[in-house]
Amino acid sequence: MDRLIEILQQLVNGVSLGSIYALIALGYTMVYGVLRFINFAHGDIYMLGAYAGYLLAPLFAHIFKFGEFDTFTPENTLFILAGAGLIMILSMAICAVIGVLIERIAYRPLRERPRLNVLITAIGVSLFLQNMTQYRLGANPKAFPQLIPVHVVEGLGNLTVLTSQLAIIISTVILLIVLRFIVMKTKIGLAMRALSLNPTACSIMGVNNDVVISFTFALGSALAAAAGILVSMDSPSINPLMGNLPGIKAFVAAVLGGIGNISGAALGGLIIGILETLVIAIGFPQWRDGIAFAVLIVILLFKPTGILGRVEREKV
Amino acid sequence: MSRGPLSLILALAVCLVVSLFGENFIASKFAYYYDILITIGINIILATSLNLVNGYTGQFSLGHAGFMAIGAYASASWSNHLDPIILGMLGGPGNPLATNIGLFVSMLFAGILAAIAGFGVGVPSLRLKGDYLAIVTLGFGEIIRVAILNTDFLGASRGLSVIGSYTNLFWTYGSVVLCIYVVLGLVHSTYGRGFVTVRDDEVAAEAMGINTTKYKVLAFVVASFFAGIAGALYAHFKAFITPEGFNFFRSVDVVVIVILGGMGSTVGVTVAAVLLTILPEALRALAHTQFVPPAYQGLLENRLILYSLLLIVLMLTRPQGLFGDRGASRKRLSRSRGD
Amino acid sequence: MDSLLKLHDCTIRFGGLTAVASFSMEICKRELVGLIGPNGAGKTTVFNMVTGVYRPTEGDVFLAGERLNGLKPYAITGKGIARTFQNIRLFNSLTVFDNVRAAFNLHVKHGPSHALTRGKAFLKEESDIEKRTLELLKIFNLDRLREAMCKSLPYGDQRRLEIVRALATQPKLLLLDEPAAGMTPTEKSNLMRLIEFVQETFDISVLLVEHDMRVVMGICKRIYVLDHGVKIAEGPPEKIRKDPKVIEAYLGETEVEDKR
Repeated sequence: MDRLIEILQQLVNGVSLGSIYALIALGYTMVYGVLRFINFAHGDIYMLGAYAGYLLAPLFAHIFKFGEFDTFTPENTLFILAGAGLIMILSMAICAVIGVLIERIAYRPLRERPRLNVLITAIGVSLFLQNMTQYRLGANPKAFPQLIPVHVVEGLGNLTVLTSQLAIIISTVILLIVLRFIVMKTKIGLAMRALSLNPTACSIMGVNNDVVISFTFALGSALAAAAGILVSMDSPSINPLMGNLPGIKAFVAAVLGGIGNISGAALGGLIIGILETLVIAIGFPQWRDGIAFAVLIVILLFKPTGILGRVEREKV
Repeated sequence: MSRGPLSLILALAVCLVVSLFGENFIASKFAYYYDILITIGINIILATSLNLVNGYTGQFSLGHAGFMAIGAYASASWSNHLDPIILGMLGGPGNPLATNIGLFVSMLFAGILAAIAGFGVGVPSLRLKGDYLAIVTLGFGEIIRVAILNTDFLGASRGLSVIGSYTNLFWTYGSVVLCIYVVLGLVHSTYGRGFVTVRDDEVAAEAMGINTTKYKVLAFVVASFFAGIAGALYAHFKAFITPEGFNFFRSVDVVVIVILGGMGSTVGVTVAAVLLTILPEALRALAHTQFVPPAYQGLLENRLILYSLLLIVLMLTRPQGLFGDRGASRKRLSRSRGD
Repeated sequence: MDSLLKLHDCTIRFGGLTAVASFSMEICKRELVGLIGPNGAGKTTVFNMVTGVYRPTEGDVFLAGERLNGLKPYAITGKGIARTFQNIRLFNSLTVFDNVRAAFNLHVKHGPSHALTRGKAFLKEESDIEKRTLELLKIFNLDRLREAMCKSLPYGDQRRLEIVRALATQPKLLLLDEPAAGMTPTEKSNLMRLIEFVQETFDISVLLVEHDMRVVMGICKRIYVLDHGVKIAEGPPEKIRKDPKVIEAYLGETEVEDKR
């Protein structure tokens, strides 16, 4: 029985971590799907989301009484969730705008150029975001304000699940459902899918490619921002470089699942999260970051299209 | 170039003479500039070697710092453990000939080890294209760094001290001369033409009988060798190395130089290396003059913000870099996408 | 007549799709052979199979008796098969001269270390290659343009350059992939003469994939016809011209539309 609890525990930890990676990975995969381009700066949007929350929370602290509740009670739950939800939505909106702006200013002018150029630009944008944040807000880690009370969830016996982990998992599920709805059931979602298959045909059919691409960036950035807020609820120390490692790991997750494939990104994120948790659990915490790189190299050498990806042949 | 090895020996001789007579003078009277001179040399080696891969052969590698790390730690370990023996055999640490030979052997070891690593990384990775190759090389660079971080006898996160700081102008600029000689020697030969065909159109190159993998790996191994040499020089210059000094940002540093110089122009990349080594220092000095309002001082001192803006602006306005229209580099980055 | 290239019952399948089925072909020394068929027939697939880009799912490819299956493209070029591309693929950073010179690489004997020591053997080999490149360019009247960037050449000259570059690899068999694409009638006539000239002067075989009937019928001794991946006819131009299956393959769709 203890064994089972142990396994379940690690599973919960892994899924919680994996959800964060999944949310970030979705942004990578969607942008790659419509533009065939790896947005190197995406991990830093995640960081900006956390910082947006850090800067916004004090403005609403009075209204929503952040940090004043110790535990969730049936009376205050809705109120707490409303407050946290508002901060998250605002942060998502801000980062969506940032994402669209970056695409407009730095990437769009290079759309006809060789992909190498825009990859280098993306590295530049990433460095800029990190270092500008460092410059304006300081390089030292900051304490993220407590949006929800963090304690062990009652009633699960020996299973130690934090409210923050529950928040991550539930939020991710909700966001995934919303995303699926957008991609599968709306016109713009259809346009996104069409664009990833054949951009030329799309514009011929009257789709405004630019708008769809902007929307894709907005969507991906919003999800990354959500991840930033969620992870900060769980681990409240934020710093300007916090997007680097999760960004790379999320990218690996996207490649693992099949880059360009939305379900693949979610799946890849979960797998990486669980693998990382396992590596820590079996006693090698110093290799937790290395495992993602190892997975990356194995994938790229043996099955570069990932688990759910399609092969794209070069026409000779 | 057809004068060949003779010009190499001549250049090395010049370096030797300058070093023998000028070294101590410069090092003591102009210590600050001496440091910058050595750093320029190391950066030139890193950039011109990376240019062979990224510029001439068109393979985007983001892991150069990893091979520099291998060189640095290999030579540091070698010197720390074997120098006492070698010096003992040759006449003791006071003997300048002995210390120089010690450094030479240590550097050679570093270069060879880095080259072997380059082969190991290159062969599986170089069949990947564009973005994927960039990410994999980044991954390998990070793995090397994490591995060193977790290796106790290499000092792990505490860092590693290096016995004696033997790097001097001769070894630094002698290596610069050798590196440029090798790069240009390869470029102005069938190999150079092979590199460029791989960059221009791999499919067509294969159809013309060119074994593209062989050429890519060759460029990669040569570049890794010199990255290792640069690492060894660096280790014996700073006398103390940590894994953090060889992270992704270090690789980006070198990539920025290569792009600024114009991928595929050795002259351009050399000039860019000098410029980008001096620039942060110049800006730092400028920041403290009365021309700059205090609010912007920090901005000028922040090398990375400027680098990042430089990258973005370069890509938008002059992707071929400073010297990108000369020689074999020819508008590679700025022509519109036909394929 | 000596057999040079032999395709024996070659089939290529991509997943569930059969692109080419049981295709057999033979080209003898010094023969000029054509491969035609409507769009999507599989001509380029056969091409890529011979040059090693694709590996036949079934069947064998032989060059002078040697089995080529599974060899990489550069190795197949080394065996003596060279090709041009449908949409011209020249080395855009290189001059006209260097484009051709690069194609001599595969016959180079020296290694990288020789490039560094610049010994007599290295220098001699380099100057040999330079001489031969110049000769080749002279034959095709491209030597006056040798320092030009190939992008600046007119279309017809670019095509010619691509053929010259392929010849630098010293092939026994030259594959031309729709060389007449985008050419004016005059250019096409020049091309026809060029191909015949090449075939005679260099004593090689040529396999021509082409859409333009006038070109194909005009210079090819024998023609293979593909439709939907299957060989439907084979023989000299006069026979192919009158073959009902060939006519139907090219004109059949039009007839169906008329009936509607």
